[in-house]
Amino acid sequence: MSRHTLSVLVENTPGVLARISGLFSRRGFNIDSLAVGPTEHPEISRMTIVVNVADSPLEQVTKQLNKLVNVIKIVTLEPGQGVERELVLVKVKADATARGQVLEAVQLFRAKVVDVSPDAVTIEATGNSGKLSAMLRVLEPFGILELVQSGMVAVGRGSRSITDRTLRPLSSTG
Amino acid sequence: MSGPGTDAGKGSMNEQVTGATSLIRALEAAGVDTVFGIPGGAILPAYDPLFDSKQIRHILVRHEQGAGHAAQGYAQVTGRVGVCMATSGPGATNLVTPIADAYMDSVPIVAVTGQVPSGAIGTDAFQEADIRGITMPITKHSYLVTDPADIGRTVAEAFHIASTGRPGPVLVDVAKDALQAMTTFDYPTTLSLPGYRPVTRPHARQVREAARMIAAAERPVLYVGGGVVKANASAELADLADLTGIPVVTTLMARGALPDSHPNHLGMPGMHGSVAAVAALQRADLIVSLGARFDDRVTGKLSSFAPGAKIVHADIDPAEISKNRRADVPIVGDCKQIIADLLVTLREPGGSGAGDCAAWSGWTRALAARYPLGYDSPEDGSLSPQYVIERIAAAGGPEATYVAGVGQHQMWASQFVRYERPRAWINSGGLGTMGYAVPAAMGAKVGEPDRTVWAIDGDGCFQMTNQELATCALEGIPIKVAVINNSALGMVRQWQTLFYEGRYSHTDLHSSRIPDFAKLAEAYGCVGLRCDKPDDVDSVVAEAMEVDDRPVVVDFAVHRDAMVWPMVAAGTSNDDIQVARDMAPVWDREEEGQ
Repeated sequence: MSRHTLSVLVENTPGVLARISGLFSRRGFNIDSLAVGPTEHPEISRMTIVVNVADSPLEQVTKQLNKLVNVIKIVTLEPGQGVERELVLVKVKADATARGQVLEAVQLFRAKVVDVSPDAVTIEATGNSGKLSAMLRVLEPFGILELVQSGMVAVGRGSRSITDRTLRPLSSTG
Repeated sequence: MSGPGTDAGKGSMNEQVTGATSLIRALEAAGVDTVFGIPGGAILPAYDPLFDSKQIRHILVRHEQGAGHAAQGYAQVTGRVGVCMATSGPGATNLVTPIADAYMDSVPIVAVTGQVPSGAIGTDAFQEADIRGITMPITKHSYLVTDPADIGRTVAEAFHIASTGRPGPVLVDVAKDALQAMTTFDYPTTLSLPGYRPVTRPHARQVREAARMIAAAERPVLYVGGGVVKANASAELADLADLTGIPVVTTLMARGALPDSHPNHLGMPGMHGSVAAVAALQRADLIVSLGARFDDRVTGKLSSFAPGAKIVHADIDPAEISKNRRADVPIVGDCKQIIADLLVTLREPGGSGAGDCAAWSGWTRALAARYPLGYDSPEDGSLSPQYVIERIAAAGGPEATYVAGVGQHQMWASQFVRYERPRAWINSGGLGTMGYAVPAAMGAKVGEPDRTVWAIDGDGCFQMTNQELATCALEGIPIKVAVINNSALGMVRQWQTLFYEGRYSHTDLHSSRIPDFAKLAEAYGCVGLRCDKPDDVDSVVAEAMEVDDRPVVVDFAVHRDAMVWPMVAAGTSNDDIQVARDMAPVWDREEEGQ
C-alpha cells in the first residue's frame, strides 16, 4: 500500500462529487483526503484525491474514474513531482505563561496567528502533510482545543497544464 | 442552454412546445419505435403527446420491472437501444432491477422516469425518490432534468452513451414542471461530452504483439464473451477460428457468437461449462479473451485459473483489462475491429503466420468427444428437464430466439439448445435476475416479431413476472413459455443437496399443486398446456408451435432431483470440475494424449 495523489478534472455538474465518492466506496477503495474547487474554466472543477492503495488497485481506481461521464481527465502526481499543500486551523490553549512558547512554534513553522483570546490562540498554517503534522506534534503538549484540516491540493511543477485540450466537442452522433 | 452546433430534428426552430412534447420528439429523433412503460402522476404530461405519436408504439406493461426487462430483450435481439418509461418514486424504483441487470450485461437501454416538480425535490414529496442518485452505481450515466430546454440534448446524450463504447443503461429523470413548461424543441447532432470518448480502434502495436503470440502458441484458446455479440463480430470470429484452428469457448453471454456446430467449438466454460472448455482454458499456454471479463463464474478460484497461460485481453472497456487477471497484452477497442485487424496481421505475407495448434486442437476435440454434455433419464419414467429443453430446441430450430430466467433451467438451456447464430440466446448473466424470461421474451418478440420466441423458464422465476402474459395477450405478442416445473427453487435445492446434506430449507415451492400454471395461462388469455410424460413432449411442443395468435404456456412437470452438470463448486479450482456427483474426469489418461 502506498499513497497516491490524483488530480481529477470533472464537469462542474450537480451530483459529480456523489458519483466519485460513491465509486470509491462501492469498489472498496479508501480515500485519505479529497479536496474540490473551481478551476480557471468555470465549467470545470478540479479534485485532488489522495488514495492509499497498492499499484494494481490504483490502475483500477483511475480506470473506473475515467468511466464516469463527468470525469474529463485524471493525472497521477508522483511524489516529488508536484507541489502539495494542506491548510490547518488549530486552536491551542495559551494562557499568559504558555503564549510565548506557542508563538515561537508558530514562527518556527512560518504559520500565522489568526485569532487570540486570553487563554487560547488560533493558528493558520499551510504546507505539506509532513510539515503540518510536525507542527501539530509541537503544539500538542500545550493542549489542542480544536483542529480542522483541509484535504490536500496539489499541482504539477513546470509550465505544463493539465487543463489544456480537454474541452474539444465530440463529433457528430448521427 | 443548448449544445454547440445544434440544429432542430423536427419542426421549426422557434416553435413553442411543452417539455413533454420535446421529450417525445426527442425520442422520435433518436429513432425509437417502441416504449415499454406505465404512466403515473409525475410522468403523466409525457403520456399526452405520446398518445399522438405515430412513430412510437407504447406497450402498457403490468409492472415496471417488466418494462425494463422488455426493453432489454428488445435491445438484445435488435442491437438497438431499448426504452422503458415509468413514473416517479415506486415506478422508478421498480426499474432498479432491470437497470442493474442491463449494467451487468452491458445492454443498451434508456430509462425515462418522471420526477416530482423541481420545487418539491428534496422535500420527501409524494412519490418522490432520488432515482438519479439510486441508479448512479448501476448506470453508465444518470440525468436529472429540471430545465425543459435541456430535454432534447439530454435524450440525445443518453442514447449516444447507452449505445456506444461498452453499451449499458442510462437513466433520464425529468421533473414534472419541466415536462409542463414551454420550450423550443432542439435535438443536437453534435454533442459535447468531453469526459466520454470510448476507444474503438485498437492500437496497431498491441494487435501485432497479439498476432505474434497467437502464431507462437502451442495451446491457445479463444475465450469469447458477450462483447463479440455486441460488436456484431461473429463473422470475423468465425474467420479467426477457421484461419488459426484455435479451439473456441463461448461464455454464457456469448452462446451463439460462434455456431455450436463449428468444429473448433468446445462449448461454454465456467461453473457449469463443458469439461473440454474448462480443461482447455486450464491447460492453455495462451488465452485470447475477446469481449469477456474473467468473471468468477468462469475462472473459478482465480489464483488457480489457467496457471500456465499468457493473456491477450481485448475489450472496449479499459477497466475490464487486468481487473481480475493480469493481461500480458491489453487491447482496448471494438471487438469487430480488433479481430479484423488480427486477421489482416496474421495473413500478412512474410509475417509470423497463423501458427499451428493441430495437435492441441485434436486433444481438446478428443476431450469433448469423451466428455459430452449429457444427463440420465429418471428411472421412475418421469420427465427429465434436459430432454424437454432438447425437444423444444429441436422444434424451434436455430432461427428461434431462446430466453431464460435464472437457475437450473437457464444452465440447461445454455447447454442443451444448439445455438447457431448470435442473439438467439438471451438471459440474465451477470446479475442473475430471476423473473427475467417472460418480460425479456416479450421485448424480444416485439423487436423481432417474425421469429419464434421461446421463454424457457423455471417455476420459481415464472411466478415473479408472469403478469406480463396479460400484456402479451392484449398487445398481440405471441411468445411461448416453457415452465420447467420441478416444484422447487431448483438451483438452490441442488446446492442444498450437494453442500447442506439435503436439508431443503425453504426451497419447496409446491408448484405442482399451486398455482395451476395452465389455468393461470388461460386466465391471462393465453393457451395453457401441460405435459408430464416423456412420450408426450414432442406432441405438446408441436401443439405450442402451432399457436401463433396468442401466447402459450406449457407446464412441464419435471423430475425434481435432476442436477446441472458438469459443476465447479463455488470458490474451488476449475481443476476440480465434476462431471457428475463425486465423479471427476480422468485427467492423467487425458494428458498422455498430448
